[in-house]
Amino acid sequence: MSLLEVRDLSVTFTRSGQEPVRAVDGVSFDVAAGQSVGIVGESGSGKSVTSLAVMGLLPSRGVQVGGTVTLDGNELTDMDQRALRDIRGRDVAMIFQDPMTSLNPVVTNGRQLVEVLTRHAGLSKGEAKAEAEQLLRRVGIPDPVRRLGEYPHQLSGGMRQRVMIAIAIACRPKLLIADEPTTALDVTIQAQILDLLRTLVAESGCGMIMITHDLGVVAGLCDDVHVMYSGRIVESAGTKDLFARPSHPYTDGLLQSIPRIDDDDPADLLHTIPGSARDTVAWDRGCAFQPRCARAVAECLSGPPAVTELGTPIVPHPVRCLRPVGQDVSLHEGNVAR
Amino acid sequence: MSLLQVRDLEVHFPIKAGTLFQRTVGAVKAVDGVDLDVEAGTTFGLVGESGCGKSTLGRAIMRLTEPTKGSVTLDGQDILALSERKMRAVRRQFQMVFQDPMASLDPRQSVESMLTEPLRAHKFPGGSAAHAKRIRELLDVVGLPESVVNRYPHEFSGGQRQRLGIARALALNPSLIIADEPVSALDVSIQAQVINLLKELQERFSLTYVVIAHDLAVVRHISKTVAVMYLGGIVEQAPAADLYGQPLHPYTRALMSAVPVPDPNVEESRNRILLQGDLPSPANPPAGCRFHTRCPWKQAAKCDTERPALRELPLVAPGHKVACHYAEDILSGKLTPHEVRPEEVALTPAADDPGSIETTEAHVAGGLTPGGPPGAR
Repeated sequence: MSLLEVRDLSVTFTRSGQEPVRAVDGVSFDVAAGQSVGIVGESGSGKSVTSLAVMGLLPSRGVQVGGTVTLDGNELTDMDQRALRDIRGRDVAMIFQDPMTSLNPVVTNGRQLVEVLTRHAGLSKGEAKAEAEQLLRRVGIPDPVRRLGEYPHQLSGGMRQRVMIAIAIACRPKLLIADEPTTALDVTIQAQILDLLRTLVAESGCGMIMITHDLGVVAGLCDDVHVMYSGRIVESAGTKDLFARPSHPYTDGLLQSIPRIDDDDPADLLHTIPGSARDTVAWDRGCAFQPRCARAVAECLSGPPAVTELGTPIVPHPVRCLRPVGQDVSLHEGNVAR
Repeated sequence: MSLLQVRDLEVHFPIKAGTLFQRTVGAVKAVDGVDLDVEAGTTFGLVGESGCGKSTLGRAIMRLTEPTKGSVTLDGQDILALSERKMRAVRRQFQMVFQDPMASLDPRQSVESMLTEPLRAHKFPGGSAAHAKRIRELLDVVGLPESVVNRYPHEFSGGQRQRLGIARALALNPSLIIADEPVSALDVSIQAQVINLLKELQERFSLTYVVIAHDLAVVRHISKTVAVMYLGGIVEQAPAADLYGQPLHPYTRALMSAVPVPDPNVEESRNRILLQGDLPSPANPPAGCRFHTRCPWKQAAKCDTERPALRELPLVAPGHKVACHYAEDILSGKLTPHEVRPEEVALTPAADDPGSIETTEAHVAGGLTPGGPPGAR
């Protein structure tokens, strides 16, 4: 059994007088202990909402969450808030994108760390302080004693993210969810933080969900990848498999449209995916990517697209597409050249 | 001849102290002695991390921020010597494209009004009929339908808004466009569309670009020449293929090795140079080579005392310039990298966040000799 099992997760936002918006639709995935799983997608694809739903952090008003989330055999979806609070921070911890807005600006770094340790690990204040110092040292912050007494604004962006990570790993969580942890950081600092995360997962054996829009980050860090588009997972595979044979036209187009730093003979023009994520189709009517897809055929608009399994039962590679790239089924000619 | 020449450009922002009588107690040296040449019809890429001064340099070239020293020559004319009035006339020759297309377009201005404004302000010939025609042309070249003229920015997606920003910059037929992070706010699939558009427009109107960006892959794709900035100065400059093929400066090497590549096989086998610590404060930059506090190749002699000049090396491709005392020895492998302990670099205050201004000020007030830019109080 996996550490985390997400089954058929859906999140719908409802507002009075308006059409409900289904931000996440039928999302299922597993995270095993010691494994890093990437969830990739562009803005609006539902990747962050997925992580908030796993943490039970979505507001209860105006939001309907369906499906199940099971952590280590305990189902989180029907737990009450009190029980969830015990699990959050202790068993599951989250690292957010912007450490300036996710750390409390009027509380010292030390107190924020000590709070987690006294609340969840049952340490006394003195013990917690000593442990906090150890944690800061572990995440690579020099002069930890001084930093504990300082406030978040006195740290640089990279340092703040390290404090955030220290808080997240304070209680040795079983699952770490990192939501765009390096997007607000410079590349050299990003490399430091990714290196730290890699080491932490390897040393502690916790599972990690890495939510990002950057396929480069996924390539260097994750074991498995799920690509999301318009609220659904459109392709899942082991990282190497996914990059070796991207099979959903969206994944394929995305990989081709990224300029690469190691491309010694760059083509004059980049490959592009036409249109924008606004040009979409509701999933129950057809494939949401159809309006932007060069491989689309008429069948793509006849109901939700079936999942094609391109892998084996042991190494699955499911793709939600009728005409996966490289699998030339004899359907009609592709319709679009826009 | 180069269209744009920048010589020894400096932008120092004074740091004031005291509540009633403000004294200048120091300066943030955002841009500190930069030379560059941009050939007409080409793209010059400027890369660096936040706080390195690349945006300030772009703004200083346009005189949106007044440089404290140096010269900027556009098409043979020294624009820093021009009066306000004359400057306004020259401004039509160079335009800017900004990062965040939401913040740089007035939310209450329709497309028509936003594109007419530069035409009116610079007295574009012909009456309103000619202006309307010009607007249609502009929308057409950036790939938007004519029907959008009466719409407002919020009705567009991010990529379309950036197209509007580009249309506005093109309105007056400029020769030089400075694009400050033109695609970093956009999703990957949209980013490629905008990069291609910029390239197509360059060919069509023989535009010259200065592209400022932190994404090294984007800059490589779009630029002919690339310069890498660190803490207010250019540390390396070369034709794109040479710079990326054979980075010479230790900072450039570290920067390149830190960029994630979307290929797990490459990622697995790469040699990463992990830099320790953060960018030092530009209010109190390290003496000598600015990078010596974090440099894995730092040597005992010269590095912390003498600031290296940008120079061409005899062994590499022509036009490849680097500001490092030991570039030859690093290239030949005579010098090998060593450990840099985080403690050594940690005590310099952070520079990349607005929150650290207090720290910087306190630091400066405590130890720096006063001496702001000329003209500062």
